[in-house]
Amino acid sequence: MNLGTNYLGLELKNPLVHSASPLTKKLSNLHRLEKAGVSAIVMHSLFEEQIEEEGMMLDRILSEGADSFGEASSFIPDYNVVPVGADDHLAHLSRAASEIGIPIIASLNGSSLGGWVDYAARIEATGVAALELNLYNVPSDPDVPASEIEAGYIDVVRAVCSSTSLPVAVKISPFLTAPAHFARQVVSAGAKGLVLFNRFYQPDIDLETLEVVPNLKLSHSDELRLPLRWTALLSGRIPADIAVTGGVHTGDDLIKSMLCGAKVGMMTSAVLAHGFDCIPTVLERLRHWMAENDYSSVEEMCGAMRSDHVGDPSAYERANYMKVLGSYSG
Amino acid sequence: MSRKLVAADGNEAAAHVAYRASEVIAIYPITPSTPMAESCDQYSAFGLKNIWGEVPQVTQMQSEGGVAGAVHGALQTGAMSTTFTASQGLLLMIPNMYKIAGELTPCVWHIAARSVATHALSIFGDHSDVMACRQTGWAQLFSSKVQECQDLAMISHAATLKARVPFLHAFDGFRTSHEIQKYEQLDDEDIAWMIDDDAVEAHRARAMTPDAPSVRGTAQNPDTFFQAREACNRYHDAVPDIVQGEMDRFAERVGRQYHLFDYEGAPDAERVIIVMGSGAETSTETAKFLQEKGEKVGVLTVRLFRPFSVGHFLDALPDTVKSIAVLDRTKEPGSVGEPLYQDVVTSLSERGGPQPLIIGGRYGLSSKEFTPAMVKAVFDELSKDEPKNHFTVGINDDITHTSLTYDREFRIESPDTTRAVFWGLGADGTVGANKNSIKIIALGTDLHAQGYFVYDSRKSGSQTVSHLRFGKSPIQSPYLVDQAEFVAVHQFSFLDKYDCLGIAADGATVLLNSNYSPDSIWEQLPGRVQEQLVTKGLRLFVIDAYKIARETRMGGRINTIMQTCFFQLAGVLPAEEAIRMIKEAIKKTYGKRGEAVVQMNYDAVDASLAALHEVRFPDVVTRKDTLLPLVPGDAPDFVKDVTARLLANEGELLPVSAFPPDGVFPCGTTRYEKRNIAQEVPVWEEDLCIQCGKCVVVCPHGVIRGKVYEPDQLEGAPETFKSADAKWREMPGKRFSLQVAVEDCTGCTLCVEACPAKDRSNVGRKAINMAEQLPIREKERDNWDFFTKLPDFSPADAEAAELKLKAPKDIQLLTPYIEFSGACTGCGETPYLKLMSQLCGDRTYIANATGCSSIYGGNLPTTPWCTDKNGRGPAWSNSLFEDNAEFGLGMRLTIEQKTTYARNLIREFAADLGDSLVSELLEASQETSTAIEEQRARIAQVRTKLAGSSHPRRSEMLTVVDFLARKSVWICGGDGWAYDIGYGGLDHVMASGANVNILVMDTEVYSNTGGQSSKATPLGAVAKFTADGKKTVKKNMGLLAMDYGHVYVAQVAMGSSDMQTVKAFQEAESYNGPSIILAYSHCIAHGIDITKGLTQQDLAVKSGHWLLYRYDPRRTSEGLNPLQLDCRPPKVPLKDYHDKENRYRMLMKSSPETAQAYLKQAQEVVNQRYAHFKQLAEL
Repeated sequence: MNLGTNYLGLELKNPLVHSASPLTKKLSNLHRLEKAGVSAIVMHSLFEEQIEEEGMMLDRILSEGADSFGEASSFIPDYNVVPVGADDHLAHLSRAASEIGIPIIASLNGSSLGGWVDYAARIEATGVAALELNLYNVPSDPDVPASEIEAGYIDVVRAVCSSTSLPVAVKISPFLTAPAHFARQVVSAGAKGLVLFNRFYQPDIDLETLEVVPNLKLSHSDELRLPLRWTALLSGRIPADIAVTGGVHTGDDLIKSMLCGAKVGMMTSAVLAHGFDCIPTVLERLRHWMAENDYSSVEEMCGAMRSDHVGDPSAYERANYMKVLGSYSG
Repeated sequence: MSRKLVAADGNEAAAHVAYRASEVIAIYPITPSTPMAESCDQYSAFGLKNIWGEVPQVTQMQSEGGVAGAVHGALQTGAMSTTFTASQGLLLMIPNMYKIAGELTPCVWHIAARSVATHALSIFGDHSDVMACRQTGWAQLFSSKVQECQDLAMISHAATLKARVPFLHAFDGFRTSHEIQKYEQLDDEDIAWMIDDDAVEAHRARAMTPDAPSVRGTAQNPDTFFQAREACNRYHDAVPDIVQGEMDRFAERVGRQYHLFDYEGAPDAERVIIVMGSGAETSTETAKFLQEKGEKVGVLTVRLFRPFSVGHFLDALPDTVKSIAVLDRTKEPGSVGEPLYQDVVTSLSERGGPQPLIIGGRYGLSSKEFTPAMVKAVFDELSKDEPKNHFTVGINDDITHTSLTYDREFRIESPDTTRAVFWGLGADGTVGANKNSIKIIALGTDLHAQGYFVYDSRKSGSQTVSHLRFGKSPIQSPYLVDQAEFVAVHQFSFLDKYDCLGIAADGATVLLNSNYSPDSIWEQLPGRVQEQLVTKGLRLFVIDAYKIARETRMGGRINTIMQTCFFQLAGVLPAEEAIRMIKEAIKKTYGKRGEAVVQMNYDAVDASLAALHEVRFPDVVTRKDTLLPLVPGDAPDFVKDVTARLLANEGELLPVSAFPPDGVFPCGTTRYEKRNIAQEVPVWEEDLCIQCGKCVVVCPHGVIRGKVYEPDQLEGAPETFKSADAKWREMPGKRFSLQVAVEDCTGCTLCVEACPAKDRSNVGRKAINMAEQLPIREKERDNWDFFTKLPDFSPADAEAAELKLKAPKDIQLLTPYIEFSGACTGCGETPYLKLMSQLCGDRTYIANATGCSSIYGGNLPTTPWCTDKNGRGPAWSNSLFEDNAEFGLGMRLTIEQKTTYARNLIREFAADLGDSLVSELLEASQETSTAIEEQRARIAQVRTKLAGSSHPRRSEMLTVVDFLARKSVWICGGDGWAYDIGYGGLDHVMASGANVNILVMDTEVYSNTGGQSSKATPLGAVAKFTADGKKTVKKNMGLLAMDYGHVYVAQVAMGSSDMQTVKAFQEAESYNGPSIILAYSHCIAHGIDITKGLTQQDLAVKSGHWLLYRYDPRRTSEGLNPLQLDCRPPKVPLKDYHDKENRYRMLMKSSPETAQAYLKQAQEVVNQRYAHFKQLAEL
């Protein structure tokens, strides 16, 4: 039985990839992930905005009260300050790339055109196998039309892809008017893969204090259906490797992803919730199911149920919703 | 051999040598020497090695006394050891100095010489500290400029080893320690070459060792001590020649020749000034000028003051001298003359023969300016037939008439030198930019450069004035610029307050930051400024630097923008080169803060030149107004005559008679100084307000007040005065107003953070919100005036109204007795002091340890501790840093003594007063504020009844009668005092059982000197002197105090529980015995967003870092556990608290594994501590 798959030109031993999570910050965890059986690891993101904000904050803190008072020219010792920037992140990527036996995929979250390109080039120098670009933005300005935002995204993809020889996958938002069209543009701009989808952080409201509060929740299997549908719709129509992320918790989730056309399924929340042991369990389920259903390779499974391979492609479209309604008996 | 040229200050120059020539360095912060200790700590953190290839041990001690002991021990065991100190710190070392010298132990201590506190503390420079050590047997070598700070440091370190006599290497605090100059830096090979290996080996061979033991520190008897004491003579006798020998060796290696006494001036001088320190530079510069005019004058600079070598001195003095003026930068009341004067007189007397006329004088105390005009006045005095002896120069002594008059217009500065003055705010980065500019010019060109910076004493809204000189010749002018070719005014509002352009030379260039356009600015300029522009022929340039700062994300910092304009206008460098060098400097300064910060500064540079415009103005003045009065017309005379002059930067002009002779100043003068430093201020929304008082209680500057009053008292209120129905069940039918003193507010926003009331339809709108100050200033000024006239509310009033005074809601109504201090914006300490003052300020004595609270509490020009309508209020005093607990105990002892005295004496007055009054006076319980008021009324009766009494002890009675009313003593200070330098005394005072209240405002660092580590600093926190994270846990002061059993102990954090805080203060004050309150005080040294200070306090408690508890010994007698734990178990991981503070985050970045280990250990400590306290509380 061949579990191997090819994602972004990388030969992977199986389709289960660990996606960006706090676990990847520690090298020891990377070793444990590798040992547990994932075929590749997407590292936690390098957030350009975060680096910038960190620098600005450090600047504010070190400047507070500086050179204002005769008895103290400063209030925080700055001589042990580690320069703000991507250096420690890049060093971590380098160590991961050299010490871990499975492909390491870097992840980049940027905000400015120059920043993306600059960081993409620096990431390539670390020896990672690929780059995942995270188009993460909440376009809240009512004066900016979708076309402008999408054009901006495409510019970024094009600039990054032309500035690095690494294969680039783009993680996109599900909140697009025309996701299929946008996906095609992304691929035309040079991306080799699409990661479906970005899970936006959704703030919560504290009813006691009437304050907006951060509330990060892990995904669950139900969330799989959204990327599953779009994988089925895009697979075979857009010339890119598709990765499903958000909702891959079980072997069944992974199998469904493959059937819809994904080259890999990315799993994080389940590992965070249940530990590294869930990885072999998922892979074992994949093997078991393939054996039961006479699949000899993952490649054979891949796309077996994408929209143009199912009898009724509209099953993935609006009709699906109507059918559900119709079957509801009250 | 070419050496590196650097631009640095005297402290850095001295530390450069001291570090490399030492193995063990013990340090303790004290201004102005702290930067030397910080430099060594920094070198050590970088792993920089000494000349023996090792990284010296740099260890912080608990006090300067501790430092001296540690250095003594290090020396005795064979290490090369050094330290740095000043002022009171040096005085604390004196006992060990005798020992170290008596044991003939080589070492060098570097002293940024500073005034010793007398009638007042002063952080500024004079020689009173080193002069207090001249009898200890230490050699004393004085540097007079930055280059010498390095060179004579070197010579000291070399000479001490050969002489076996310890050296003090001194230079003028601030004037030299903080002046930036370009100088040639010694390299490590130079330093190694100067240190004699044989002498080092000999020192090591003398070390104590159990391998070849000896006994030191014996006690001796009359049969031996005297002879043994004289046995050291030949070592001291040899010092001058050894020092001169090292000076000669230094010259051989480096090229700069020094002598024990350096004479400069006319070879046939008839009039000579003898002086040491930076004053020698001014004197020499002036003498040269006068010599060129044909005057036979000269200056003898004393470098080696101890041992005073009469032979070398006489050799250096021109034979032609007829009259000598000896200048001392110290004052010794009661002596025949000051120390140097006495040495000179004795030396010449011992020489015998015809004697020149010798006069002595004092100058420059506490960094008082010493200018060429003053030097000329001294030379002129020497020409007189009967010159004044024991004179002063630089002040107007209109009481004892010691002062020499001098011509303020006399100037000698070279036309080749460019002088620039910058008026800025501390917060706008002006000083930092100017330090950079000096480095750019000094290191990027062949010009010499000098920079000196004057700060005011406030920690918020402080003003800075930067004095810069550049020129082709070395700059020998250690005094402020008073005629500048370039004047920059970084705040337009300064033009209304200060005579900024008075300093502009004719034809000077003026750069003004203003949002007025070049076309409209003229009419906005005060008449006096217009006149100066016209009459002096000045060129005016204007830039809206704040606009550019906003556009380039620089916030309030306009430093880079104004610096760019300076280089553009001053023409010191070609514009393009200047821009390139500014950008290089930006990269160097801000590189660690990330590309975005660097780019932001680059953007500011690039945007500046296009926005810089020259203003064309008419040749006639079009406005006739003058400077705004700095204090209101109805201020007391002292405020108008003295304080206002200080505020106008005219303190220099005040005569001796303007000042109290004993350092006693009036209270409550901050209220007359309307600083208007906040861009935004809180505005009350009366419809939303729940009148909880939280905003009032947390306000660090006492600018938000609440009052309840009768509705009819609103009559005559200004139109915009706000009022609401008072929400007190106990006070129905009354009105309530919350008023902000917008002109005194610093804009910290803590009040908004604390406000719990939100608009239900728009939760972003609270009952108090920030709004722009300028548009509401006038109206709110009127509102504040009206508000202050509404009746005040005392604790007795509260009792009468049956208020419980348990929560901020009630507390807000009480009059605070500290207001509008110069504490930092968002200060975490002052709310505690204010609360204490509200509860018992009218009967309180305050002993205040030196530190932040003594500076914002008592630094001129204005004083924040104030009085009420009865004239009562806290009696405040600062003694020292180390003795504050004892100082407060002394106050309590007096109160006890005088109270007993008064109680005994009053009994003798039964005939005059009546038995019942006497008995009431003696039996009054005074447990409540009402009862205290009643007792005060009885005392008033005593005064009335005794007015006509002929009782022989009447006057005696009246001097003590007020002690029949209850008094409270509060001993206040920070953790540097309580945990470190003053702990011994604090412990003793707690042990004494005396009825005192100790308030420790714990910022967990030495905040006043810039955030050095104390024993209150938590494990893993980065602070100065523990830049790699504090390795040990914070001292558990509360537990130590509780161990006595009879001490009331409370730990509070207002941001977590204001009610628990209030309760603790009330209980502490009411406890008839020692009480101690440990109060969590957030601070800018924590590296936090100060606007979130209260939230951070809460997080400190929720994470278990800071427990809330009260230990009340009174409960024991009621059969209760004295300890009450007032906080829940830690429910937030300590990491969440650490993550919000850069003092922890920095280590997480620089050394993540170490930081993780500290965090893990700290979390365990937190868990264990809570469990321990819980166990104790449940016993």
